[in-house]
Amino acid sequence: MALIDILTGLSAAIGPAGAEGSAARLAMELLSDYAPSRTDALGSVIAELGDPDAAEHILLDAHIDEIGMIVTSVDDEGFIHVDRCGGADRRTLVGAEVYVMGTRKLSGVVCSVPPHLSAELDGKSPAWDKLYVDIGYPGDQAKKLVPPGSRIVVKTKPYRLLGDRVSGKALDNRAGAAVLIRTVELLVSENAPIPCRLTVLLSSREEVGGQGAGAATFTAQPTQAIAVDVSFAAQPGVSKEKSGELGKGPMIGFSPCLDHAISNRLAALADELEQPWQFEVMGGRTGTNADDISISREGVRCGLVSIPQRNMHSAAEIVDMNDIEATAQLLARFVRTGGVSNA
Amino acid sequence: MLKHLEALCQLPGVSGREDAVRGYILEQVRELADEVIVGPTGSVIALKKGERSDGPRMMVSAHMDEVGLIVTRVCDDGMLKFANVGGIDPRVLCGRTVLVGEERIPGVIGVVPIHLSSGDEKDRVPKISAMTIDIGAQNGEEAKKHVRPGDVCVFDTAFELFGDGLIKAKALDDRAGCAIMLELMKQDFPGDVYFTFVTMEEVGLRGATCAAYTVAPDYALVLESTTAADIAGVDRDAQVCRVREGAVISFMDRSTIYDRELFARALDVGREKGIAVQVKEAVAGGNDAGAIHKSRGGVRTLAISLPCRYLHAPASLIAKSDLDAAYELAFEMISEITAG
Repeated sequence: MALIDILTGLSAAIGPAGAEGSAARLAMELLSDYAPSRTDALGSVIAELGDPDAAEHILLDAHIDEIGMIVTSVDDEGFIHVDRCGGADRRTLVGAEVYVMGTRKLSGVVCSVPPHLSAELDGKSPAWDKLYVDIGYPGDQAKKLVPPGSRIVVKTKPYRLLGDRVSGKALDNRAGAAVLIRTVELLVSENAPIPCRLTVLLSSREEVGGQGAGAATFTAQPTQAIAVDVSFAAQPGVSKEKSGELGKGPMIGFSPCLDHAISNRLAALADELEQPWQFEVMGGRTGTNADDISISREGVRCGLVSIPQRNMHSAAEIVDMNDIEATAQLLARFVRTGGVSNA
Repeated sequence: MLKHLEALCQLPGVSGREDAVRGYILEQVRELADEVIVGPTGSVIALKKGERSDGPRMMVSAHMDEVGLIVTRVCDDGMLKFANVGGIDPRVLCGRTVLVGEERIPGVIGVVPIHLSSGDEKDRVPKISAMTIDIGAQNGEEAKKHVRPGDVCVFDTAFELFGDGLIKAKALDDRAGCAIMLELMKQDFPGDVYFTFVTMEEVGLRGATCAAYTVAPDYALVLESTTAADIAGVDRDAQVCRVREGAVISFMDRSTIYDRELFARALDVGREKGIAVQVKEAVAGGNDAGAIHKSRGGVRTLAISLPCRYLHAPASLIAKSDLDAAYELAFEMISEITAG
């Protein structure tokens, strides 16, 4: 399948934190051409490839969950009361169309109180306890259709923008999931044995704390790992000096929390491939699954590669296909060359 | 009526650029009207002759235009700056997709990631003047191949049956009025009726001003969509009108004091004919009646509106039952007025 179709399919799939089912199933289907996969107790998808007896065991991680909302109650008029599920951005939700994953998939609209009735907000977004979803059903029906705990995600289709850019919801981090599927495709299609043991992890619950990656890394016990996520690309209000740029290649993480040799190795491999890449330097924790993977059990040497993205945590996230392909090429080369040596 | 409504809502028709909507309406009215003209400001005026032509002149009006965005500048970095056309709450814009210009290329309205926003910025939606549309262009040169200032943008919202008997779409204000008029034109009335599909309501009732001058009616009926604030977090006192509770009639809004007799008669007709009618419980908003009722020597004017949630937002909601009630009430009122 073409990489763009993999990405847009994953973007459209529904999988908020803790309810990754649909997105996870699609990822398993996309992986099935190359490797069998399974899910674990927390809903992460795991595929194992390569030589199970090799000394080096590389884990590649990308989280499969997305931000969303969670239903707290349904009132007598049928309006749904919500809280956030992950770091959803209230500024992008008023008036938005959503899917409410009740006893069936329902269309909804996030209520927007007319401006003349919300003067006290002075142009601000309503607080979470004043944000409601309208599904167009009277109270008695709505209560049956939408049990508390149901998840809500924004409803938008993926769009092809100019050039090789794509917008949509959940590209944080379906872009990373697409990278790992493409990486596996590259490794398997080379038709030479993978020189190490490889675990591909599409982890759950990153947006609520990284529990999925933590648990799955414990189980896998890798000797080294790379987390793939998205990071900030320059856009109006976000300067080039403080971020990456779309289309300029993967952002290789350098941080006290990351393994310096892996960071350097990734940079050297990108240079060897004559691919563009960008620095992403952080002074401490990375805010990604790398933070949890690197301290699993006795510790795991861990790197981080990020795909530059605009408008993170909105329905208008933008990535560049060239960055996704380049990141997959880089990871495939990392695995093919056996990663860093622990010997 | 639903088939027309779906087709009309899907068409782009930002104020001043109603071409696609006008094209659809002209196609429909050709068979239904006795005379059709398009005025200099782009409004369609269709005369449907009655059994006799010596009664009062009656004008029935709905506007074709919708709110949207207009590109003001193509920046060197490929981003588009824009202004709103008609009243749009800035809070509904961040993160939405719009279709830009004649090519209808997709663009998204950006937002600085929440992670990089601090304090007040996490809550405060930027002013429209600080927002940009991103079409994926690498630079201004690439963007200018596809977009130029003056191009308009519409929301990309699918028409959908929604919940229990509701309809979700963009531009229900006022394609719903247009759809009702197309349905009314299939009926026979005692006297002549001028059906006017007017332009530029959202930027100051401009099409209706000219159409009313042209028609020079004695009576006018405006078919509109009006804000229903019957949603969570709004006290019943402030809800204005309610979805599923019938056609809305107004005694007064910000631009018109409606004809007292017609207002009272509409309430009675609703009662007599078993049509659900509710009164707009606020002096708020305004519509083409504001221009029409003071046209030439004055026009006795009534407005029948549809209660609409999330008016002027990407996805608005109305009820099918209200659409039917508004149609039926309009039919009865036109029949009675043109009978003289």
